[in-house]
Amino acid sequence: MSASVTKLMPLADAIARLVPSGASVAMGMALEGLIPFAAGHELIRQERRDLELIGPISDMLFDQLIGAGCVRRITAAWVGNVSAGLGHNYRRAVEHGIPGPLALEEHSNFSVGLGLLAAAMGVPYLPTRTLLGSDLRQRNPRLVRASDDLLHVGAIVPDVAILHVQRADAAGHAHVWGNLGLAKEAGLAARRVLLLAEEIAPSEVLLSDPNRILLPPHRVSAVAHVPGAAYPSPVPGYYGRDHAAFGEYHAASRERDGFLNWLQQAVFDVPDQATLLSRLGDRFERLRPTSPRLAAAVDYA
Amino acid sequence: MVAAAREIRDGEVVFVGMRLPLLAFSLAKRTHAPTAVGLFENGLVRDHVPPPDLYTMSDTPNVLEAAWACSLLDVMHMLQRGDVDLGFIGGAEVDRFGNLNTNVIGSPEQPRTKLPGSGGGADIACLARRLVALMEHHPRRLRQRVDFITSPGFGSGGRQWRAHQGLVRGGPAAVITTLAVLRFDDQGEAVLASYHPFATPEAVQAATGWPLRLADDCRPTPPPTADELRLIRAADPHGFWTR
Repeated sequence: MSASVTKLMPLADAIARLVPSGASVAMGMALEGLIPFAAGHELIRQERRDLELIGPISDMLFDQLIGAGCVRRITAAWVGNVSAGLGHNYRRAVEHGIPGPLALEEHSNFSVGLGLLAAAMGVPYLPTRTLLGSDLRQRNPRLVRASDDLLHVGAIVPDVAILHVQRADAAGHAHVWGNLGLAKEAGLAARRVLLLAEEIAPSEVLLSDPNRILLPPHRVSAVAHVPGAAYPSPVPGYYGRDHAAFGEYHAASRERDGFLNWLQQAVFDVPDQATLLSRLGDRFERLRPTSPRLAAAVDYA
Repeated sequence: MVAAAREIRDGEVVFVGMRLPLLAFSLAKRTHAPTAVGLFENGLVRDHVPPPDLYTMSDTPNVLEAAWACSLLDVMHMLQRGDVDLGFIGGAEVDRFGNLNTNVIGSPEQPRTKLPGSGGGADIACLARRLVALMEHHPRRLRQRVDFITSPGFGSGGRQWRAHQGLVRGGPAAVITTLAVLRFDDQGEAVLASYHPFATPEAVQAATGWPLRLADDCRPTPPPTADELRLIRAADPHGFWTR
């Protein structure tokens, strides 16, 4: 094993070093699962401002960051709450400019993905047959009609991709399993990549199964060991989705004051994810898988 | 929900949207379409019956025994090349030509209600061979014309509209609501194909925002069988999606 410099650092340090105010940040790339809530909440605690959030769907994390005043611009296909539908903070921001105005670049999931893939490929745009006849095309300057039956989607280059993974080593090798969404494309498109890992494993474990490695480690800037970082979204092998949490947030955030109370209690009064998990206690433990579903081992000999 | 599941034919490749379509696909797999294949935009392909009690397509049980766990782009590319027989999506608003709006009520500059957005809905509406949309039947949801076309149906009308936009295939086949099933005539206009057993054509018209024409063979929707009801309850045991 090469004696590479460790990329391991506490989450708060990684956010401080990699994500300044004004940065464009891709998060929630695996759609409803592996959403890095812990990183989002750390951005709120560190009072980042003027962020651009990039994602396909974001479930409720983007709504929380918008309500906390961290966001200036959204480049996404869907912002809301998958369990409940609408996101109250997103609505308040777009309809009433509360807590501040929000610029929107509205996409479909496919066009967000193609924009990231173009960046990952190092090309300025990619052609597609989607969104012809949709009003999304007319309002989004990144979607350019190229011929009678093709659009070009311009490259989307995030400053940072924050990706949640099941396990990683200190060098930045990471294993992810389950649906991948746009995790790989975002990791290859972004200028910097921050991984949040449920577990830190020896490099031998990661290198024993290179097909399961998400990205080459030179693409990874930092690795933070944050068990439970995706809670209340699910992580295969570690915990299921806490559906009730999405309904509770929806109810709490219906009015601005209710959201501010939620923000104080659920984010500012919680220094880190370990504290959150210990406060959740049994509620978190009940989300654990009841029996393992191990994949068969493979032999690379 | 049962009417929605019946739109899926056995052996078809189905692109399964967020929320209610998950349950319709699950019911179809458990009844008349056991060999249907489901594509999920989070990056999953399933040919096994989905597990019960799914709230989202990324719930960990949906990954178990998946036929493929992959990238969002892998499934979108299959959709784009024409592999998908049926796309299944929900919507906030639909109009008489089957255009769906999930972006904004009011104007984009002065939104009255900001809706979450397309997700994969616009992609599915553009690229699936046929489209089925599911929604609550309310005059505010079934409108003469939507404020914003997120997911194109037949645009301003006529079966040629899609080709003029450059779309290579597809278009809505049905809109299934809490009261009725609407289908599309040769001008791409939605007509009342059937009304659910507890509804009447008059009640459907009263809840529809344009003068709704009746299909020649308009009739009551066949009610759910005891088996279908039992299997819906098995797929959604806590009644999160169905009551």
